[in-house]
Amino acid sequence: MFHLEMVEEGVSGMKITSIEDLKKIKEEAQRSTSLREGNADYRIVVCMGTCGIAAGARQVMSSLLDEISVRGLKNVMVTQAGCIGLCDREPLLSVEKGDEKVFYGDLNPEKARRIITSHIVNGQIIGEWVVHVER
Amino acid sequence: MKELSLHLLDILENSVRAQASCIRILVVEDTKKNLLLLTIQDNGKGMGEEELSRVRDPFYTGQKKKVGLGIPLLEQLTRLCLGNLEISSHPGEGTSIVARFQLDHIDLPPLGRLPDTLMAIFASHPDIEIEYEHVRDECRWAFNTKKLMEELDVQNTQDLMTLLWGIKEWIEYHEEHMG
Repeated sequence: MFHLEMVEEGVSGMKITSIEDLKKIKEEAQRSTSLREGNADYRIVVCMGTCGIAAGARQVMSSLLDEISVRGLKNVMVTQAGCIGLCDREPLLSVEKGDEKVFYGDLNPEKARRIITSHIVNGQIIGEWVVHVER
Repeated sequence: MKELSLHLLDILENSVRAQASCIRILVVEDTKKNLLLLTIQDNGKGMGEEELSRVRDPFYTGQKKKVGLGIPLLEQLTRLCLGNLEISSHPGEGTSIVARFQLDHIDLPPLGRLPDTLMAIFASHPDIEIEYEHVRDECRWAFNTKKLMEELDVQNTQDLMTLLWGIKEWIEYHEEHMG
């Protein structure tokens, strides 16, 4: 029971309630250098037009940020864009690296986490969710 | 949209697109006046009178697409909840939007996950200063992302990414403990 509570409260095992707590986790994060540091940069762009938001883009964004933050990934940044005209495939996002843009569609928070572990961490594109690729 | 905070995210998008460097968000729940007030103020490029007169039209958009539903959907909701939507804007100065709702109206959606909306906008545009204030009757809490970043001495986006879950927990804690 105690163990479960620890897990829920995040990696440092405490509930963040003050600026002092935030300073502590920043120090912690700086001590543990990410394994992936120095690798090529990924950019994830979440479509956040009215259509995207109505379809659940915020929940997708939240789970991406959670996964990146808790894993301490430093080779990826997340940003947002407006409607790209594929409203029926929302929530959508693109993973960009160099000139390559991979668009994933019909997402949910769970799929978003899988994109982080598979595409960002292991470099494996999840073909079945891809709606478009630009190279 | 099932949450007011989703409408808020949608409207904030407009401020981002208007190249705002500072966005002020005020949420007031006033049980005595039976009023819920949502204010978004930005210092973006603003709109002239002609554009301002068209933003409530769902078939008007400032972008290369056919519809613009953010403002019309919010306005529809304010009317449904016996409130109104005020928009004022001046070119080069910015835009301010005030949405009013009857607080106990049966059709008023919950505020929902405000921390998620704030983090979505903050994480994707960390250079935009967000000044947030939430008032519930006598209780009040507020923060400013620029001051927070200064206090935590965050130098770059990478620093920030690893701090996001903590900042979100911190916002959630204060939202939950407003009384």
